[in-house]
Amino acid sequence: MSLINQALAPGSIRLGASVGSWQEAVELSGELLVASGRTTKAYTDAMTANINELGPYVVIAPGLAMPHARPSEAVLDTGMSLVTLREPVAFGHKKNDPVTVVFGLAALDHDKHLELLSEFAGKFSQPGFVNSLLSCHAESEIRSLFN
Amino acid sequence: MKIVAVCGAGIGTSVLLKMNAEKVLRTLGLEATVEAADIETARASRDAQILLATPEIVDKLQGLPSEVIAIDHVFDLGEISEKLSKAML
Repeated sequence: MSLINQALAPGSIRLGASVGSWQEAVELSGELLVASGRTTKAYTDAMTANINELGPYVVIAPGLAMPHARPSEAVLDTGMSLVTLREPVAFGHKKNDPVTVVFGLAALDHDKHLELLSEFAGKFSQPGFVNSLLSCHAESEIRSLFN
Repeated sequence: MKIVAVCGAGIGTSVLLKMNAEKVLRTLGLEATVEAADIETARASRDAQILLATPEIVDKLQGLPSEVIAIDHVFDLGEISEKLSKAML
């Protein structure tokens, strides 16, 4: 199993979600990290606080946000969550709005997730990868894209 | 030459930036060490020649001896390559 599929624990993927704002999108990505046993609720609040404090820099590519916060006691294990949005939401990013794919990221420390992110970078360096994710209607399709 | 990729938490955006910068440096045949760091660490270390960050973070890196480069699209190796080679060559 790929590192991304291991990071996306059962219960961490939600496809075609409807949210009204970036805050709700981040909240949902945090809830999925909690539901899949990787973080506590405090981590969700930290992800939102991070964006409130530093701006929408977590929108790292057109259509793609990767909310995250520092390693802390709120992280139980390194993991990711994935939300695809039915309607895009604006994060306030000058170039990469609107966002349709939200990857929550939680890391136990500064080192253990590096190979995971390397795999992630490899996938998203492929042109059109965000659209490939959006065209998935089942979790199994998502998981095969990451294998 | 030392390059530091910077983001708010030092675990996500900065790590992706670091990886893609290393890829670009290999392609360009340029030598540099690249580290990922959060804003506070980057501000405290002061020994990097170049800081890479997304535009929102750039404002927080002013007043340091390093050249600060804003990268809009972390996965755009063309953009990173163009900006890094301009700064390094």
